[in-house]
Amino acid sequence: MSYYNEFTANTQLRLSPFFERTSKLNESQEWRRWSGYLAATNYELTHDNEYFAIRTKAALLDITPLKKYIIEGPDAQRFLDRLVTRNIGICKVGQVMYTPWCDEDGKQIDDGTVQRLSENKFRITSAEPNLEWIQFNATGMDLSITDDSYATAALALQGPNSRAILNAVASDKLDSLKFFWLMNTTFGHTPVSISRTGYTGDLGYEIWMDLKDALTVWDLLLEKGKSYGITPTGLHALDIARIEAGLILLDVDYISSRHAIIESRKSSPYELGLGWAVKMKKKDFIGKQALEAEAARGPEWDFVGIEIQWDELEQHFRKAGLAPGLPCTAWRTSTPLFKGNEQVGYATSGAWSPILKRYISLAHVKSQFAREGSELMFELKVEHFRKFTPAKVVKTPFFDPERKRSCPV
Amino acid sequence: MPGVKKYDAIVIGGGHNGLTAAAYLSRAGKKVLVLERRYVLGGAAVTEEIFSGFKFSVCSYVVSLMKPNVMRELMLPKFGLELLPLESTFTPLDNDYLIRTADADETYREIARHCLRDAETYMRFGPLMGQIGMAVRPILETIAPNAIRPSLSDLSKAKKLLDHFKTLSSEQFEYLTKLMTMSSADFLDEWFEFEPLKASMSASGIIGTFMGPRSPGSAYVMLHHYMGDIDGAFRAWGFQRGGTGAVSMAIARSAEHFGAEIMTEAPVEKIIVKNGKAVGVVLENGDEYKSEMVISGLDPKLTFLKMVDESDLPSNFVTDIKNFRIRGSSGKVNLALDGLPNFTCLPGEGHHLRGAISISPSYDHLEQAYDDAKYGDFSQAPYMDIILPSVLDPEMAPPGKHVMSCFVQYAPYDIKGGWNEQKREAFGDAVVNTIARYAPNIKDIILHRQVLTPADLESTFGLTEGNIFHGELTLQQLFAMRPAVKWADYSTPIKNYYQCGSGTHPGGGITGSPGEMAAKKILGIWS
Repeated sequence: MSYYNEFTANTQLRLSPFFERTSKLNESQEWRRWSGYLAATNYELTHDNEYFAIRTKAALLDITPLKKYIIEGPDAQRFLDRLVTRNIGICKVGQVMYTPWCDEDGKQIDDGTVQRLSENKFRITSAEPNLEWIQFNATGMDLSITDDSYATAALALQGPNSRAILNAVASDKLDSLKFFWLMNTTFGHTPVSISRTGYTGDLGYEIWMDLKDALTVWDLLLEKGKSYGITPTGLHALDIARIEAGLILLDVDYISSRHAIIESRKSSPYELGLGWAVKMKKKDFIGKQALEAEAARGPEWDFVGIEIQWDELEQHFRKAGLAPGLPCTAWRTSTPLFKGNEQVGYATSGAWSPILKRYISLAHVKSQFAREGSELMFELKVEHFRKFTPAKVVKTPFFDPERKRSCPV
Repeated sequence: MPGVKKYDAIVIGGGHNGLTAAAYLSRAGKKVLVLERRYVLGGAAVTEEIFSGFKFSVCSYVVSLMKPNVMRELMLPKFGLELLPLESTFTPLDNDYLIRTADADETYREIARHCLRDAETYMRFGPLMGQIGMAVRPILETIAPNAIRPSLSDLSKAKKLLDHFKTLSSEQFEYLTKLMTMSSADFLDEWFEFEPLKASMSASGIIGTFMGPRSPGSAYVMLHHYMGDIDGAFRAWGFQRGGTGAVSMAIARSAEHFGAEIMTEAPVEKIIVKNGKAVGVVLENGDEYKSEMVISGLDPKLTFLKMVDESDLPSNFVTDIKNFRIRGSSGKVNLALDGLPNFTCLPGEGHHLRGAISISPSYDHLEQAYDDAKYGDFSQAPYMDIILPSVLDPEMAPPGKHVMSCFVQYAPYDIKGGWNEQKREAFGDAVVNTIARYAPNIKDIILHRQVLTPADLESTFGLTEGNIFHGELTLQQLFAMRPAVKWADYSTPIKNYYQCGSGTHPGGGITGSPGEMAAKKILGIWS
């Protein structure tokens, strides 16, 4: 069945270098905004096939809208160590680190990856523009800062078959590329940089290339990837996958302290479940004092995974004469969590996990109620009426396959 | 029959604040008469068909600071208040342009085209100014205390405000202090780099004020313009369908609905004062109207130096009012057009014609425009805030034709040699030539040109010296000092004589606030 209609339209939004391809592949013509870009919501009329591509085949996502900055110079490492909470001193050339960064009050501004491209050259990615903050904190340091966002195109290839596809396309084998490491290689004559990173919690890679090579890379991947089930994938599918992986999203799960207009909207890395990424042994970094004090008194909030319990959920719907109403896409509406009569938290994103067959969600919960196994009540609407149904604090990532980290050799 | 009927209150001047006061008093059951000198209501918020088929918002041209509770309490939407969004601010440059729209992504991308860092800073600046505007709001919404002999309620008001200021964050306090003292240029220099962006933003710090962007104090005027909100969104400007006169008409209909009587072409000659008490008014034709209270919506100069005899007032008060700074700084040029202006830097139609067009390419452009005025001339290349009302509301002009409203600064009231026909036309030419620099077709499409100098604003609309705010919005003339110390709570040295115009707290703009607060003060006294 195919009824293809063609049309062209004008837009004030930025177009990715892959748009020439993605715009024709997007059969639903459903688009979302992502950092001022037009980004595909789903390519097919429903997103199921794309979601399962992430988990069973290989999904290809255009991630060009990510913000990217190149930090280069003799002081680059010293600067990044000051900027972010993780220890960049131990980050080797070719290694990648996921890290949050904070303001002086220890409240999180953004999170992203730091790639060490050479001894004195790094790439840092972020969700929102951070140039102002980066420049502001680099005064007096011997380095250059370049906003590379528009000059570098990026694709994510995620899913169990992603390695096989890259092995078929790249001039080097990727078998020994470890989780959170990167390598430079070529696709034919086209130079690319490949990091074993992603936003799905699966085996997956991100491919970084010059803007002018974007279509060549896209075409090669689709051609060689066809027999491996490569599937152009949109943000609906990605959103479910990242929740399964327990990965936070700026402006959905938290607000940048640079943009929060009231104190209560700000969160520290401890309050976002990123305490593991705060390295107190480091000499100094922005927000260290405040974070030390917070760690000493114990953070007020925690960020946890919760599972909405099936039996009670089913009963609520049964009483209304319905089968359990499950969200078919990931939701982002803040949803209250109660303990008795007291609201002790709120869930910020959630989804039905098709691979786990569990209704999962990410939530801010007051620390004393955030222990694993803690039982809370989740607000639920059944046929226009408000109900409460039990939810349990569980470990994240909800989905964590062996293949994410493993290497065949 | 005149002279027989007795009113609870007479409001002098059918401007939007006078009408607002009248509506509130009528709503409370009082018998109110509004006396307007002109044939049409609205004062400076007026729509007139100056050229057949073309409707001009002759003076005041946009709405943003109208208080939400006034709209609600006077049921203005029911009586014709329809505010259309002004979508953008477009700054044409010689070979380029800058456009800021309601959309964050679009604006980020556009500013980033000129300066990446500014694009990011801009996203933080607006919300911060909004927060500070919100922090200052309680001052605007408090009846100014008597700073010399505070009453008990004045003290409790002052305490409330102090308590409120204790809740500000240190960041908010820092910026508030800076906004109260700095020039808008210095303040913006701390944030931004791209000159046309800074200049366009600084322009709201000079509107209606005899200052340049580099004059200390202009940052406050900028904040004043950030305090507006429409539907809860701070810093949103709107265009009233049918022009700003339709706002005044909505308030007038509301006042009439509540029982007020409104007379046009009824110029008041004097307040009748008996034993130190206002007891009524006498019109220029000799008719007398009696009332328990008289409320003036006129500016402080007319309210105290024309409507009453100086001998009825304390002499130090007369001095204060004489010293009240009301220098006119702006003119207005309204054009009837055969088509749309075509900007060289961004040809054709588009979003950029649906909002404000700001002629503010650089600080120097604005400051030089000010320099001309400082030494007694109109600006040869003025700053302008232009809108095309007919693009937003097609009924403002015949099909295919347009009206263009140009707020022009600077035009000093005290121009060397005085204003005359020749100077007015030369001023109009300077305006058209400045527009033509960016939209050369303008000269070919003008069907009619109305030029209003400060002298015209004074003679036609009763704005002393042509000041659009009934007195400059500088710190020494705000809150407990507006218009004079001890008399900032809408009362006057003459018993039963009150004031409710823009020359009272919280000042100018289409806010309805002075009218509302004066009425509430008077009703408090009545009960």
